[in-house]
Amino acid sequence: MLRQFFGAAALATIMVAAPALAAEVKPAVVYDLGGKNDQSFNQSAFHGAEAYKKDTGTDYRDFEIQNDTQREQALRRFAERGYDPIVAIGFSQAEALKKVAPEFPETKFAIVDMVVDLPNVRSIVFKEHEGSFLVGLLAAKASKTAKVGFVGGMDIPLIRAFACGYKQGAKAANPDIEIYENMIGTTGAAWNDPVKGGELTKSQIDRGADVIYHAAGGSGAGVLQAAADAGKLGIGVDSNQNGLHPGNVLTSMVKRVDTAVYNAFKDLSSDNWSSGIYVLGLAENGVAWADDENNKDLITADMRAAVDQASKDIIDGKIVVHDYRADNSCPF
Amino acid sequence: MDFLQTLILTTDSAVRLSVPLLFACLAGLYSERSGVVDIGLEGKMLGGAFAAGCVAAITGSAWLGLLAAILVSIGLALVHGYASITQRGNQIVSGVAINFVASGLTALLGQAWFGRGGKTPQLPNTARFTEITLPFAEPMRNVPVIGRIYSDIISGHSLLVYAAFIAIPLTWWILYRTRFGLRLRAVGENPGAVDTAGISVAWMRYRAVIIAGILCGFAGAYLSIAQSAGFSKDMTAGKGFIALAALVFAKWKPLNALGACFLFGFLDAVAIRMQGTALPVVGEVPVQAMQALPYILTVILLAGFIGKSIPPKADGVPYTKER
Repeated sequence: MLRQFFGAAALATIMVAAPALAAEVKPAVVYDLGGKNDQSFNQSAFHGAEAYKKDTGTDYRDFEIQNDTQREQALRRFAERGYDPIVAIGFSQAEALKKVAPEFPETKFAIVDMVVDLPNVRSIVFKEHEGSFLVGLLAAKASKTAKVGFVGGMDIPLIRAFACGYKQGAKAANPDIEIYENMIGTTGAAWNDPVKGGELTKSQIDRGADVIYHAAGGSGAGVLQAAADAGKLGIGVDSNQNGLHPGNVLTSMVKRVDTAVYNAFKDLSSDNWSSGIYVLGLAENGVAWADDENNKDLITADMRAAVDQASKDIIDGKIVVHDYRADNSCPF
Repeated sequence: MDFLQTLILTTDSAVRLSVPLLFACLAGLYSERSGVVDIGLEGKMLGGAFAAGCVAAITGSAWLGLLAAILVSIGLALVHGYASITQRGNQIVSGVAINFVASGLTALLGQAWFGRGGKTPQLPNTARFTEITLPFAEPMRNVPVIGRIYSDIISGHSLLVYAAFIAIPLTWWILYRTRFGLRLRAVGENPGAVDTAGISVAWMRYRAVIIAGILCGFAGAYLSIAQSAGFSKDMTAGKGFIALAALVFAKWKPLNALGACFLFGFLDAVAIRMQGTALPVVGEVPVQAMQALPYILTVILLAGFIGKSIPPKADGVPYTKER
């Protein structure tokens, strides 16, 4: 009873105090199926929101959907309760957002990985192919068997773009390299199936691959695990995953979803909000290869020089990395 | 790549993939042979996988993880037993309830204890059942055919894989060569006769349900601390139901169960392996078609090729003693 009273009292204090702290924004995030602790794509978004909370003291609400039907509900409920901005993580939210955003023209929305062309929506897409090119280059240089692998999550153009950039990068380093490419599945469940990711990786390793890049969200844990178990190298994605198996993760293709989320929150609170399409590539620091303590022994001076040169060339436009989504085909 | 190599590696992968099905299928076999329908295999496996993941993460011991998996799974099995044997409740409802409880509770407790969205911490190799190489695997490799089969398919699995394949003949022996097995089969066909012989029907069924719990514990531990390195939400992904289908497929017989589970595992392995490889004549088959293959074949085989599959006569019927 007493506890309840204190609980209520504390709650009342927060409710009184909250408007003073967060006068302008009440941000919310809706994650995709992998969940905010997938150590990859969604977790990067989570880190962005946490960083904003730490810097400004503004609390935010988030929601991890359990199935596809919840996307629309979650977005609408946040909008109804006055959350603003609402950031939807993942391309699968696009359909739901197209329905919900026009219903709340005053609310600002943002979506990561997909373009939704509405006046109150900011669409943030990344040039994953550019980052993948760099890790492909590193993979080819690190491979002793001249065979590398790619394990994708769901078979969609976005993931094919990862694969295509990776292939182009690998072939730029070694034109004779052999590349195995597999997808885990064709539904959202493919983001959360580490066992299958592990089996695909084992099958690629059995065929001779010794560096395997994954773009598979939560399933990627299985890919990196299988690579580490076999003493081979994995390549992480979205978040910096070098620390998951130090010494057995060559690098990670970092996608700055965290910055995208952080900026969405910040821009609205500082009255700098702009809707429209943001395309973040190497030049904009939207993608990068992860370079830290955990993989410094794996990256040789030669590799470092090559990857630095390549990233400079991409930014200068000397190397054009093919985007699978431009014509739905991969020439490599 | 040569055909033999592909076949050997696919079979190797099939062995790994069929293990959880084997354990769960045998669990269902004990339970259903005694007359208790067990649709809760999935839930018990999931509970076991979670317990194994937690305990292995905290203690750093794979064996304690396995023990915890078995205990939790037996606990869930006893709930099912109490509802369907003692209280004579509907066995399907009780089983479905166990599946729901396991699915919700593992995610909830996982989130509350570890705060990683229902996942348990990633395990180091010392806290897992890692792959073991059988003696002479390396020198045997050069012997034609048999050497490859021994060193690539039979050797190089975790301890639990061997346990699963030992469990098959053991189950056969228990079922057909022991007094307990005879009574177990009898209690599923005609519990009245067993009761007349002065044997407790309830106690027989409880023992069967407990054995099912132990086997599901093994299946769960295999998933979370042998095949992967930690529990993740809903990681059983319907394997309990596939095992149940395999049980029907196998006509409730242990040796058939081996065949059925291995077939499912093999189809899964083929689907994974064939992805993205060009086949003769047809060329590259789309991923979707390959992934649907196990299910299509299951339907075809179930519909036409295995003949009539008759369950134990008293399966699913609670026993009421006449007074």
